[in-house]
Amino acid sequence: MSGSQTTYNDKVVRQFAVMTVIWGIVGMLVGVIIAAQLVWPELNMGFLHFGRLRPLHTNAVIFAFGGCALFATSYWCVQRTSHARLWGGPLVPFTFWGWQIVILLAAITLPLGFTQGKEYAELEWPIDILITLVWVSYALVFFGTVAKRTVSHIYVANWFFGAFIIAVALLHLVNSAAVPVTLTKSYSAYSGVQDAMIQWWYGHNAVGFFLTAGFLGMMYYFVPKQAGRPVYSYRLSVVHFWALIFTYMWAGPHHLHYTALPDWTQSVGMIFSLILLAPSWGGMINGIMTLSGAWHKLRDDPILKFLITSLSFYGMSTFEGPMMAIKTVNALSHYTDWTVGHVHSGALGWVAMVSIGSIYYLLPKLFGKTEMYSTKLVTTHFWIATIGTVLYIASMWIAGVMQGLMWRAVNADGTLAYSFVESVKGSYPFWAIRWLGGVLFLSGMLIMAYNMFKTMAGGKTQDAPVVIPVAHHA
Amino acid sequence: MESIYLLIPVSVILVFGIAVAFWWSVRSGQFDDLEGPGFRILMDEDQPSPPADTNEVNKKANKPEKD
Repeated sequence: MSGSQTTYNDKVVRQFAVMTVIWGIVGMLVGVIIAAQLVWPELNMGFLHFGRLRPLHTNAVIFAFGGCALFATSYWCVQRTSHARLWGGPLVPFTFWGWQIVILLAAITLPLGFTQGKEYAELEWPIDILITLVWVSYALVFFGTVAKRTVSHIYVANWFFGAFIIAVALLHLVNSAAVPVTLTKSYSAYSGVQDAMIQWWYGHNAVGFFLTAGFLGMMYYFVPKQAGRPVYSYRLSVVHFWALIFTYMWAGPHHLHYTALPDWTQSVGMIFSLILLAPSWGGMINGIMTLSGAWHKLRDDPILKFLITSLSFYGMSTFEGPMMAIKTVNALSHYTDWTVGHVHSGALGWVAMVSIGSIYYLLPKLFGKTEMYSTKLVTTHFWIATIGTVLYIASMWIAGVMQGLMWRAVNADGTLAYSFVESVKGSYPFWAIRWLGGVLFLSGMLIMAYNMFKTMAGGKTQDAPVVIPVAHHA
Repeated sequence: MESIYLLIPVSVILVFGIAVAFWWSVRSGQFDDLEGPGFRILMDEDQPSPPADTNEVNKKANKPEKD
């Protein structure tokens, strides 16, 4: 691939970075469509109705958009901080093309109704096997690169990325265990409440490791790089990592409060969820305080705005999450739109914004430019995305609390004060506001795509030479 | 609650795995310097770009490092 000098493998980073934006648009467009279907039910047509499109939306934004962002940033970060080219030869392009095929298969099978019926793990068993192959290759490439590093220290971001890769492999293997009947149909290896427990052990740890640990790795590399300052406390970042890793696994049962799951299991889940507040906030404060003494950089650097705002949303949703895991609060919030709002405060505010910021950091470097085609458009994107997110989560808070209160309201004689459909009717205006928030967020992604293609135009796509470590290392 | 018979062993094995990783990282000196690594990522310029305020960065990261 290269001449005499070893270069970083930036080609795969380039591919994943561009696809992050493309899949971001696709996934969020589907989100906007299903939000519109709730406001205007006549939009539910044929097999493109809410029930079929909703898993497509979640899979597209989590695994296509978020996944591509994680691949791009982890491949960039592990090469730069290890001072080594990606290990693995043909495995590297396989992770890219394999992952794209998984996404395409998801986009075809989910609308057709092929599903295992497990949230965030809907894909049928042949696709699950392909995911496993891609993921094992990803692990080999990542850890192979860490192993051939030319510095002794493994930067903290790589620990987060590494934990995310291992945990997701484990979660996927356990939860997707199924008995195939035909090529497109299988039955879960577990049943009843066992299945529910395994599913939410998977579901919440997917949030914890895919949507948190991975993106924290991103944060620990790109926030210091963009700010031009070291992370506020490297020591705290190491403590953050080990605390999060040791305590995360048992928060899952909070998704099953007041169900057939034994009470003690629910309580364990609630307690572990509350404990998680500490490492989460430690990390959030560590990230934001990286700017301590250089707050002025926030004024005119929209990429830094994205990154720091994402941390604010991370802090907010990791406070809200443990609160909602408390059983008495959950009695009000469960099954309402409050949950949907909470998820999106994490998904739009934290995951999407930290990814967008990191990709904006990468794009010019990947295409031989010094900066994005238009910094102004990045600023515009930032404000549109922020307003969209706030509209989304505020409307869902109001709708959620309203639904919770209406469902539990009883008359003096003990009968329910409201029928379910009355709460649906009351939710309409908030669903319209939520749709508007989604439209704004999607528009921001379209601006990003325009900016990206303009930045790519005429750019050089040369791989950068591997940098010799600055200080002497053992 | 048969799922517990799967999840608890999986979690226990995982915690042991994490403990081994932690033990290895302490023993191999990953945490001997908890200041320098933060500065070091800033010194690997990804491309010729305008130098950031590197004064304090250089002072910190150039200090000799033990093996």
